[in-house]
Amino acid sequence: MEIKKGIAVSPGISIAKSLVIDSEDYRIPRRSIEPSQRMTEIQRARNAFHDAIEELTKLKAAKDSIEQQKIKDIFAVHLRFLHDRSLRKKITDYIHSQLVTAEYAVSTTLREIASHFSKIRDAYISDRAADIYDIEKRLLKQLLGRRREDVEHLTEQVAVVARELSPTQTAGFNREFVKGIATDTGGRTSHTAIVARSLGIPAVVALEDLTEIVSGGDTVIIDGNRGIVIVNPDAETIRQYQDYSQEFAKLEHKLDALKEKPAVTRDDVKITLLGNIEFTEEAELVLQKGGEGIGLYRTEFLYLNSPTEPTEEDHYQAYAETVSVFKHRPVIIRTLDLGADKFTQRKRFAPEPNPFLGLRSIRFCLQNLSLFKTQLRAILRASLLGDVRVMFPLITNIQELMQAKMILRDVMEDLDEQSIAYNKDIQIGIMIETPSAALMAPTLARDADFFSLGTNDLVQYTLAVDRGNELVSTLYSAVDPAVLRLIRTVIQDAHKAQIDISVCGEMASEPEYVMLMLGMGIRTLSLAPPMLPEIKQIIRSVTMEECNNVARKVLTMNSERQISGFLQDAARKILPEAF
Amino acid sequence: MDKPVCETEVEIKNTDGLHMRPAMQFVDIANHFDCEITVSNGENSVEGKSIMQMSMLAATCGTKLKIKAEGADAKQAIDALRELVEEKHFDEPLPSNKKKKC
Repeated sequence: MEIKKGIAVSPGISIAKSLVIDSEDYRIPRRSIEPSQRMTEIQRARNAFHDAIEELTKLKAAKDSIEQQKIKDIFAVHLRFLHDRSLRKKITDYIHSQLVTAEYAVSTTLREIASHFSKIRDAYISDRAADIYDIEKRLLKQLLGRRREDVEHLTEQVAVVARELSPTQTAGFNREFVKGIATDTGGRTSHTAIVARSLGIPAVVALEDLTEIVSGGDTVIIDGNRGIVIVNPDAETIRQYQDYSQEFAKLEHKLDALKEKPAVTRDDVKITLLGNIEFTEEAELVLQKGGEGIGLYRTEFLYLNSPTEPTEEDHYQAYAETVSVFKHRPVIIRTLDLGADKFTQRKRFAPEPNPFLGLRSIRFCLQNLSLFKTQLRAILRASLLGDVRVMFPLITNIQELMQAKMILRDVMEDLDEQSIAYNKDIQIGIMIETPSAALMAPTLARDADFFSLGTNDLVQYTLAVDRGNELVSTLYSAVDPAVLRLIRTVIQDAHKAQIDISVCGEMASEPEYVMLMLGMGIRTLSLAPPMLPEIKQIIRSVTMEECNNVARKVLTMNSERQISGFLQDAARKILPEAF
Repeated sequence: MDKPVCETEVEIKNTDGLHMRPAMQFVDIANHFDCEITVSNGENSVEGKSIMQMSMLAATCGTKLKIKAEGADAKQAIDALRELVEEKHFDEPLPSNKKKKC
């Protein structure tokens, strides 16, 4: 059994056998086969050779002009390789002895040959590695193309596992048979995510190396609520998830009815529920799920989706569209928070030795003023369209906040000079997501209109744990007593300074933590839209007195284990069907 | 009765060595014959009818290759292959005299 954590992009639970779709553009993972499948795989390899030869012969025949003679020569060489009996034998022998798929045997054998060429010092010969890669791709295209057709003609329920899926692929899925989707790449904003949501297929993305762990036919659980994929679960886990899945379906039904009802506790304390979004398209989903605004509008996609830096107009268009959905309800736009995550280090910026402690987020913005100012201008212009607020991430000291505010004022002056209108009283808030910010909250509160607790980073920086590192990820917990002490002081400091405080980290979407957060004084939660109804349901089932009691007890406890156990029990007592 | 065996040693003379196109010419000719053909560069011995194996020899200009043929048409095969490498040098240019000899 192996548990992988990714990003939940489409809610629901699926338990099904996996169908793995590899990509010829990416390294083929080693997948084992049963001895009984040997002949099938060998035949698949032979067919691939046969079809590749046919394809190439046709291509070659089509190149008949003199100028195309060179290409023809290249194709002729490739054809010799495809006809080479000893190459074919090498591949089929490999399948036979190593018990692997045809794809893996083709890829490994040809890459071995290619690497042999690239090692040769003669440039003319070492360049030939490219020919070998080309032949590999041609064969894989044959093998994988068939697999893809298989997906379109399914006869049994499967969970599709792939490195990545094209929108067309996802859109072609038959809902009756494709029960879940899990991909290595992607984000909340990927097309797969959006299509999966609209089809109502549970999906988890950004699982990094999932395709290397799963073999076709393995049972996988896809938990689209929590962003978890479990490969080859044990019987107990399957049973738990079957129950959870049934409960979820029932609850989902019930929850839909909650949409119009307010998020108030049984003793009439109003809680504000906001959505975290990244994409304009998600704004509608927040409303559908009963959210009252956007508590965290991530803007990184603007930088990641295009090869060039986004223009002020790109920013403005996106913001304007989102704000128009919410009219006069709050939309909190967080300024660029890039750095240290999987996208950026390889995509735009030179890798740093310790990126999480490096030039990221607000630090990056303060060193790249023109990029920062472009975004701030767009936010200010959009501020006229509704209740737009701006939020700075990863503030670690007062100077950073002062500097960021000064730059915002500069931009305001520029706009004044150009007679461009904006909301002069725009609210300016900060994320509290470092221990230093939490400890200095009283100082920061004097210069901020609101705080938002970014619990993901706060936990990782407080506990010195990278939750993506499975060797230590069990140490990661939002309810570690050290984290809770920090959170409590931040809440108290915010109350003293009479500024708003909300939680926008993943902690806010954990049903078990709701009572604790309310009991500690939180009245605003911002979370992933699919989780909104469930959290509202819990809020409507509790009284503040119960929440206060839970918080009081938890704050006397000294161990994470004790706290999470206690919170689980408390939640179960209040709303047994949800847990 | 033993199969006829025929052997020869040739030197790669064209500038670019035994890259893809020459390798293709070589195996095309080798495949015209029924005999078994092995080619050795001193270190490795490979099948002369396989383009994969021949190209992996990565013989550059100046490399000496031993060609061995076993079978009824061994003699004819050796003659044809020697002609391709030594006389026709794959219809490719030789290193010019001014440049260093390879």
